[in-house]
Amino acid sequence: MKARTIQLLQFTGMFWAIPFVRLFSGEEILVQLRQIWTSIGLPVMAIAGFLLTWHLVAQRVNTSLGRLPGPMEVTQQAQVLWQEHLTERAKANDFYARQDARIAKIKAANPNAKPRRVAFTGKPTYLDQILTSLKTVFVGFIFASILALPIGIICGANKNIMTALNPIIQVLKPVSPLAWLPIVTMVVSAVYTTNNGLVPKSFIISAVTVAMCSLWATLINTAVGVASVNKDYLNVAQVLQLSARQRTFKVILPATLPMIFTGLRITLGVGWMVLIAAEMMAQNPGLGKFIWDEFQNGSSTSIARIMVAVLTIGMIGYALDRLMAALQQKVSFA
Amino acid sequence: MLQLKNIYKSFGEGRQRTEVLNNINLNIQEGEFVAIVGYSGSGKTTLVKLLAGLQQADKGEVLYKGQAIKGPGHERGMVFQNYSLLPWLSVAQNIDLGVAQVFPKWSKAQREAHVMRYISMVNLSHAAHKAPAELSGGMRQRVAVARALSMEPEVLLMDEPLSALDALTRGNLQQEILKIWNENRRTALLITNDVDEGILMADRIIPLNPGPSATLGPAFAIDIERPRDKTQLNHIPEYKRLRNDVITYLLDTGADAKRQKELEVNRELPDVKPVMPRSGFSLALR
Ligand SMILES: Nc1ncnc2c1ncn2[C@@H]1O[C@H](COP(=O)(O)OP(=O)(O)OP(=O)(O)O)[C@@H](O)[C@H]1O
Ligand SMILES: [Mg+2]
Repeated sequence: MKARTIQLLQFTGMFWAIPFVRLFSGEEILVQLRQIWTSIGLPVMAIAGFLLTWHLVAQRVNTSLGRLPGPMEVTQQAQVLWQEHLTERAKANDFYARQDARIAKIKAANPNAKPRRVAFTGKPTYLDQILTSLKTVFVGFIFASILALPIGIICGANKNIMTALNPIIQVLKPVSPLAWLPIVTMVVSAVYTTNNGLVPKSFIISAVTVAMCSLWATLINTAVGVASVNKDYLNVAQVLQLSARQRTFKVILPATLPMIFTGLRITLGVGWMVLIAAEMMAQNPGLGKFIWDEFQNGSSTSIARIMVAVLTIGMIGYALDRLMAALQQKVSFA
Repeated sequence: MLQLKNIYKSFGEGRQRTEVLNNINLNIQEGEFVAIVGYSGSGKTTLVKLLAGLQQADKGEVLYKGQAIKGPGHERGMVFQNYSLLPWLSVAQNIDLGVAQVFPKWSKAQREAHVMRYISMVNLSHAAHKAPAELSGGMRQRVAVARALSMEPEVLLMDEPLSALDALTRGNLQQEILKIWNENRRTALLITNDVDEGILMADRIIPLNPGPSATLGPAFAIDIERPRDKTQLNHIPEYKRLRNDVITYLLDTGADAKRQKELEVNRELPDVKPVMPRSGFSLALR
């Protein structure tokens, strides 16, 4: 039980919680307490110091929207955003309850009637924005992987193709999302004309921009990984006379998986970073648009709300990275 | 069956070029068991890789049943020196990968039974579903042997397959390999650093002289009746004489090579005393 919990914590990267488990199971108390101090006490102190500095500095900075918000105001705005979310949800529930009641009444009067159902159209709450952002980055990440993995494998398997494509890759790699966005917008607008309302155009534009900026890490890592597969494994594949397909799927890909996952991890990180800019420009509902709207809005609480968004972005980015790190650990063989 | 004709092999270009094999001639008869002993780095692995078709000679011919060897084939099974197990597959999966290639028509159950038979032959039934990383070096080596044997090749090429094993396991596996070789009269080439092992198992033992530009030494025919019993060998005068001859030959060529190298080094760097690599032989007298 204890060993299992510790294993799970290690796997998810929550190393700081391990001493607690040990402490409660009665292992050497002093040692564990010291562990807790170094693994939790120090970071907590640092965070406290950071908040204090923030608080003190914020008081001295005056912006056109008033004093720069400190930690308290930001916490307060976070609560406000949560409340707004609850209110909006309650409204939606009310709306649907009323609609259901109305439909039930119509049906009672006339069993053959087919009353229309309407979706609630409230404004998206902060949590909705987070969800949209996560969806967008996920779709962009999938686009990036679909493009980068096959090309990476081909590049890694064939030196000539690698040499041929290398300059293009190196030139496109450092381009900023802000530069891609107008091009992506034009192309998506030209190609995606079916506007059936299922997926908004701005969503696709953001996702494609994310993909364009983030796919390079996966592409390069896959290519290098495939190109540097241990010669012994290839010898085995040759001696066992594996077919090209088996060699790819049973030898080369498994051998490259750790490298590929390192690439995917970077890709997701870059994608999440790029996403905010893309959403701002593409006006895709999401955290980027939330920030942009608050900035345009310019009320006294705007900066505090933007700071909430900044912290949210940071924490989600961290969580995504931990997730990828855990997956990466899972696929890497000793 | 297997033939090497005037083989030359070198690696690298220009100044980095190292001549490894120099005019190697070897003829292995069908059903014969040949052992090659030689110092570390003399080119033994290079030699088997040529026979396996993993490397091509610069000059000369490598023939299997009179045909030039163009690449690896199922008829020539290989046990790699560094085991070369795929770490993402379990022991059973590693072995099955080859079995599935050689016996594509077999059902899954048939293959599994076959795989398990060879796993138990190398005493690893308890570890059949472990990953190679969870095994000791010797256990990995046994898996590598089982993988090659399970493909039932006509020719077994073994590159120091037992070097990491304890005396007991080593003895057992020696017997297993001999049994399989004997049953269907396969052809076998064994690279070893253990002269005793060579004499116990082979029909002929051939030293590979120290490199660079290694040549094969004279073949020592082993006319000791089979089955040979390891514990009885020590009492056979023929065995003692052979063992003595081979070891003396190796020590002499080793000393020659050392002297020659010292001369060369001394010519260039008069004041530096080179540190010579330790020889790779087990010469411990029992
Ligand atoms: N792929 C290669 N590229 C360059 N040099 C090589 C290559 N393979 C082997 N060599 C060189 O060839 C020589 C012989 O190597 P080889 O592996 O055949 O020796 P060996 O007799 O098997 O040694 P050991 O007993 O240590 O396994 C060495 O000097 C080595 O540096
Ligand atoms: Mg070797």
